[in-house]
Amino acid sequence: MRLICPCCGWRDRREFTYMGADDYLHRPVPDAPPEAWDEYLHNRTNPAGAARDLWYHDPCGTWVCITRDTITHAVTDGTRLEDAQ
Amino acid sequence: MIELTPAPAFAALSLPVTGAGTRIDALPPARITALAPYCGQLQALHALLGGFPEPGQVLELDGLRLVWAGRDLAFAFGEALPTGIEAHAALTDQSDGWAGLSLTGPGAEALLARRLPFDVRRMAVPGAARSLLGHMPVLVIALGRDEFELWLWRSMAACVLHHLTPV
Ligand SMILES: [Zn+2]
Repeated sequence: MRLICPCCGWRDRREFTYMGADDYLHRPVPDAPPEAWDEYLHNRTNPAGAARDLWYHDPCGTWVCITRDTITHAVTDGTRLEDAQ
Repeated sequence: MIELTPAPAFAALSLPVTGAGTRIDALPPARITALAPYCGQLQALHALLGGFPEPGQVLELDGLRLVWAGRDLAFAFGEALPTGIEAHAALTDQSDGWAGLSLTGPGAEALLARRLPFDVRRMAVPGAARSLLGHMPVLVIALGRDEFELWLWRSMAACVLHHLTPV
């Protein structure tokens, strides 16, 4: 599996550390109701098809939002987190 | 005051190593300063230095080699940092944390291709890449198709050399 780093280009999966779904980009405001925090922390959609998740490119230190397809394993996009939010 | 004696990173290891069309040798220790531009200071830093490397770039400036070394980070090789630079970037002396190897010869590219998880052949010349050799972080600098520098954490010098040795 190869992922794309916006700094380094296509790189082997072993250079990356996985964080989780891109739900982590949508942190509730501090006084959001418990349901919003429950949703943010625990509930994931486990999609068949298009998925977006967060990876860290260890060698260069860039957080990347990867768009990939869980059925075909195609990786189609890698965006710096500050541009993905 | 204690007088410290500089010791080369590869002193106990027998270099140069040759084989597979490649010669691996130690590079002389370098003054390395990490430059991390402060928020909004990139343009000022650019003007002061005469350039700042984009991802993958190596810039040869007046008495200074600037190498892209990560996200919003460059390593300056050399002593000639302009005065006042500390207003624009966080500076960290990295000199004794890193050790350098030169890999030269017609087999150097193929030797690296077998050991690094990315395509060295697609590196620009001159060009820089961060990657892993085994589990060890490295900074690869391509100076020619048959001339590379490999900068590594000094504490892992013996292990990197073990992984590289072409026999
Ligand atoms: Zn990267």
